[in-house]
Amino acid sequence: MDLKTLTYLVVGASFALYFGIALYTTARSTGDFYVAGKGVHPVVNGMATAADWMSAASFISMAGLIAFLGYGGSVYLMGWTGGYVLLAMLLAPYLRKYGKFTVPEFIGDRYYSKAARLVAVVCLIFISFTYVAGQMRGVGIVFSRFMEVSVETGLIVGMGIVFVYAVLGGMKGITYTQVAQYVVLISAYTVPAVFIAFNLTGNPVPQVAMGSELTSGGYMLDRLNTLVTDLGFAAYTDGNKTTIDIFCITLVLMAGTAGLPHVIVRFFTVPKVRDARSSTGWALVFIALLYTVAPAVGAMARYNLTTTIQNGDVGVATANLEYEQRPEWFKRWEKTGLLAFQDKNGDGRIQYYNDKNPQFVEKASAWGWKGNELTVNNDIMVLANPEIANLPNWVIALVAAGGIAAALSTAAGLLLVISSSISHDLMKGALTPNITEKQELTAGRLAAAVAILIAGYLGWNPPAFVAQVVAFAFGLAAASLFPAILMGIFSRTVTREGAIAGMLTGLIFTMGYILYFKGIFIAPLAADVPANWMLGISPEGIGSVGMLLNFLVAFAVSKMTAAPPRDVQELIETIRLPAGAGSAHSH
Amino acid sequence: MTANSADSARATQRNSYWQASLRLIMLCLVIWFVVSYGFGILLVDQLNAINLGGFKLGFWFAQQGSIYVFVALIFFYAMRMNVIDRQHGVHED
Repeated sequence: MDLKTLTYLVVGASFALYFGIALYTTARSTGDFYVAGKGVHPVVNGMATAADWMSAASFISMAGLIAFLGYGGSVYLMGWTGGYVLLAMLLAPYLRKYGKFTVPEFIGDRYYSKAARLVAVVCLIFISFTYVAGQMRGVGIVFSRFMEVSVETGLIVGMGIVFVYAVLGGMKGITYTQVAQYVVLISAYTVPAVFIAFNLTGNPVPQVAMGSELTSGGYMLDRLNTLVTDLGFAAYTDGNKTTIDIFCITLVLMAGTAGLPHVIVRFFTVPKVRDARSSTGWALVFIALLYTVAPAVGAMARYNLTTTIQNGDVGVATANLEYEQRPEWFKRWEKTGLLAFQDKNGDGRIQYYNDKNPQFVEKASAWGWKGNELTVNNDIMVLANPEIANLPNWVIALVAAGGIAAALSTAAGLLLVISSSISHDLMKGALTPNITEKQELTAGRLAAAVAILIAGYLGWNPPAFVAQVVAFAFGLAAASLFPAILMGIFSRTVTREGAIAGMLTGLIFTMGYILYFKGIFIAPLAADVPANWMLGISPEGIGSVGMLLNFLVAFAVSKMTAAPPRDVQELIETIRLPAGAGSAHSH
Repeated sequence: MTANSADSARATQRNSYWQASLRLIMLCLVIWFVVSYGFGILLVDQLNAINLGGFKLGFWFAQQGSIYVFVALIFFYAMRMNVIDRQHGVHED
């Protein structure tokens, strides 16, 4: 069977599975729709959280980023897992005890203010839509490469699938579909990694293989360091980011993860406070399965790619791959434009090296090299990896299904928090407080449908800044929602005025700094280079400063304003105690 | 016992429960900070002088070790919190 038929079969079967689950789990109440009736087992919820969390970015892009950043890629690994520690200890159990449906609702109640709730809704919608755009782009890439259909067709199919189970099933449908999607995506990720690890080192466990000796001799990471430094790149295990920037980016990603509404809301679905704690642990177990494999995939992909192009001593003319001799996967990915070769010195061979390293360029020009000739998009490393390693077609088909599962599961979770913040926080909470539960449920479904259309549009006309947008989403979550929720639980003294001022300060500062360098919607006002950055902190890491400002402003303003009223003091007392969470079922 | 003293006894109990929770959270967050920001970032160069198989130790903490510690840390926290809940009589049924 050829690859295309096989891919259609595997992806089709996975879609049929998601549909079947959606039919079984139709939501009947707003409780079902928003928080799956609060009856999800903690391990099941952990698995669903993992699928919800691991997006197209985690599945498709992360290992590729690590492959090219080396040690610098650690920010994603530590940042996107360490956030769960904050979530488990600082937010999840207390928000579960609070026991209502949405994050803005908590902020509105704790800060006794509709304005605070609206600020939170605005943050949430902005964060979630920027995130969803990235997912839709992921679906488009996978479809166009593996199904050989246009990106548009791929998008419409993807939107249709999400529509069925998010709109009908709500949180209940999404939760159980995500469990299936987790199984698909984790097998799609680990199976090729196991094969490749075994091929390279004889050890099938990728996490161990990464630190093992190659079958051709020498430790893999040592060989990789030699390989890439010989081509003028920074050593793989050193990277090229400054310590302060790595520190700040990791902090943003951790706090941002803990502050992402679609992740937080998952812990509203378990029956007890105790379950919210352990469920976070289970979520991280399932996430760690992928996140500890990813650095191995990154290192192995960099090794395989480099040795394919540079198959002998650097500087010997015949050691560079002849373009005519390029492997099949190379040709297939050239068609997508994500892999490109330009024969700058006209020798018919591929030179892949760091032409931004002046000392090395001097050496290279002595060999007749006239610039790096290969451009590789980060996003193809995971998808092309099984092809680079010559794995059987069914593995490649599985990877396609996994990429789609990762994108769809995250998109569905995001669309749900968007729709619930519109129907519950905006309509029920502010604009039309008198609607019945049934009307609210209908409004929620309509909002989800509209949100899917907007997300589809964003995927169709992807804003050119998807990568920057990720920095945006995490920076804003870290600088606005995370501190507001944290102070809401752990401080009795932060007031309405303090919280609003803090959120706005964090939001505006972070947004302003990112816009200044990245210029989304407007031209950048300064070049995005380290020399221009404040204290050497990149726009990706600036949310950590925004977070600090949020805390400082909130505490300062709270000192000057009247203390929170008595019923809010009591609310704080109640959410700090686990006993009585069950009664929150019916409110 | 009068209603008032029962109230204040409950307040003291709540307070000691909250203090115990905070102590546990602080302990866990110190470990969380040390393995990631400490070993994985600030001390990475010093630790990289030590080898763990084919890994440099600092690099291993940044890309593998910190994640394993995070997982263990959350389960340790969840377990200890269950004990603290019971000790202070605020556990769920």
